[in-house]
Amino acid sequence: MHATCLPATAGIGFKPQHFDDLRQPGAVTWLEVHAENYMFDGGPRRAMLADLSDRFPISAHGVGLSIGGDGPLDRTHLGRLRALMDWLAPAQFSEHLAWSSHGGAYFNDLLPLPYTAATLDTVCAHVDEVQQVLGRQMLLENPSSYLAFAESTMTETDFLAQVQRRTGCGLLLDINNVFISAINLGLSAEAYLDAYPLDHVGEIHLAGHEEQAPPDTDADADADADADAEPLLIDSHGKPVADPVWTLFARTLARIGPCPTLIERDNDVPDFATLEAEAAHADALLRARRAA
Amino acid sequence: MSRQAAFSRALLAPKVPVPDGIRAPRAPSAEARFGIYRNSVTVSLIDALRQAFPVIETLVGARFFAAMAREFLRAHPPKSPVLAYYGADFPDWLRSFPPVAALLYLPEVAMLEQALRFSCHAADAAPLAGGDLARLSPDRLARLRPRPHPSARVIVTRHPALSIWARNSDLPALAQAPAGEVLICRPAMEVCAQPAPRGTDATLKALARGEPLAHALPTQADHAAIFACLFSAGALIAPEGDHP
Repeated sequence: MHATCLPATAGIGFKPQHFDDLRQPGAVTWLEVHAENYMFDGGPRRAMLADLSDRFPISAHGVGLSIGGDGPLDRTHLGRLRALMDWLAPAQFSEHLAWSSHGGAYFNDLLPLPYTAATLDTVCAHVDEVQQVLGRQMLLENPSSYLAFAESTMTETDFLAQVQRRTGCGLLLDINNVFISAINLGLSAEAYLDAYPLDHVGEIHLAGHEEQAPPDTDADADADADADAEPLLIDSHGKPVADPVWTLFARTLARIGPCPTLIERDNDVPDFATLEAEAAHADALLRARRAA
Repeated sequence: MSRQAAFSRALLAPKVPVPDGIRAPRAPSAEARFGIYRNSVTVSLIDALRQAFPVIETLVGARFFAAMAREFLRAHPPKSPVLAYYGADFPDWLRSFPPVAALLYLPEVAMLEQALRFSCHAADAAPLAGGDLARLSPDRLARLRPRPHPSARVIVTRHPALSIWARNSDLPALAQAPAGEVLICRPAMEVCAQPAPRGTDATLKALARGEPLAHALPTQADHAAIFACLFSAGALIAPEGDHP
């Protein structure tokens, strides 16, 4: 198994249909997998991952820990994660500043939380627990937001900076999420990045988004008011990386230098060559920073 | 109710009002914004069920399946983030869902799809090989305590669920399979389902309890047929800590 850290080059989110394409050397130099898709005792998916991890550094990305949940972490799930990490020995592990479970139900979505002193304490305790159980540093990813909370008393960037300082975790900067949240919440993506603790970024995510379809005309009275509004952006991971996100990426690299960068695609997954071309584009920007 | 309790309740119940305290910094409204989470939870879980029960979707059609899956997931949201195992309650739920109550084979086909999925992700193990047994005396063979392969499952059907599943999975070889016991097993990397003689389920359960072969095979069953089925499917592994 690869036990190195991630190279400061471009990787892609692994999809089983691309397994054969990854036999040829190419622009993709590392892979990310969703941890929950491999929490099995055996079988073909695990075998595929074992094979890949002999050839590529792997970044394991969790989607189900519910670190932003107001209840305790699911110890059973944390145990499954620990077992997977012990078996896979990935270069890195990351999770989200979000919650996804409540009262024993798992919602399969990254749900938002208010940013307050109380939620900060909870998130820090959860990150501490994850890092202790896994015996390694984790990276925490900024969410894409469709709404805000009246009770929030601090900005997301302040919240992340404090979690980082108190737990010693690293950060995963999803630049597509920064852009989506900025448009949806009427904020500036540039200002967000200027306030973000960039020194602690261990990985960058780039992905595509789409505009929400206009509301149905037979919906409630708000539909009329909403029809004129600038559409919300949806974090679909179903399209190529958008131009403004590439611009923010280049701007970020100018500040922090080359950094492991993932092209994420989870819906309408194209053929491997298309994803590889996007990874090559990210790599060209990363190389330009190395030369600079 | 805590913020997350209120949020969770409204996520799965479209008629419950959006929780208080949500701020929409510009149009669209808080309701429309909350609707994005509602939609994404529902759509992603319908998709998980679609991947888990592809033949059920073929049998009832994509639109009906989506509507049925929406009813199911609101009553039975996943308990674990490992979605490959989501839907263990789905076959039983189908029995009580009035629009499909007349389709008696449907819950059995769903049970089969569920068993295929569990078998696929079960632990790997080398099946008992013919050479291991050829050296044994009949007496020694009868006292042997082989264990079920971790991927081995038997479902008992009263309708030709295996045949219905096979016809909708492009597996013509099984298209005439009768009702009865079905053995699902993954001796290597590929999961197989096949008709099994009556008593196979009881035999595997007895072997799982650690009984020797001679006691595990039920009386009044075709012992040779059961053993041949389990053995040829690769559904048996060596006794714990022991070579036969």
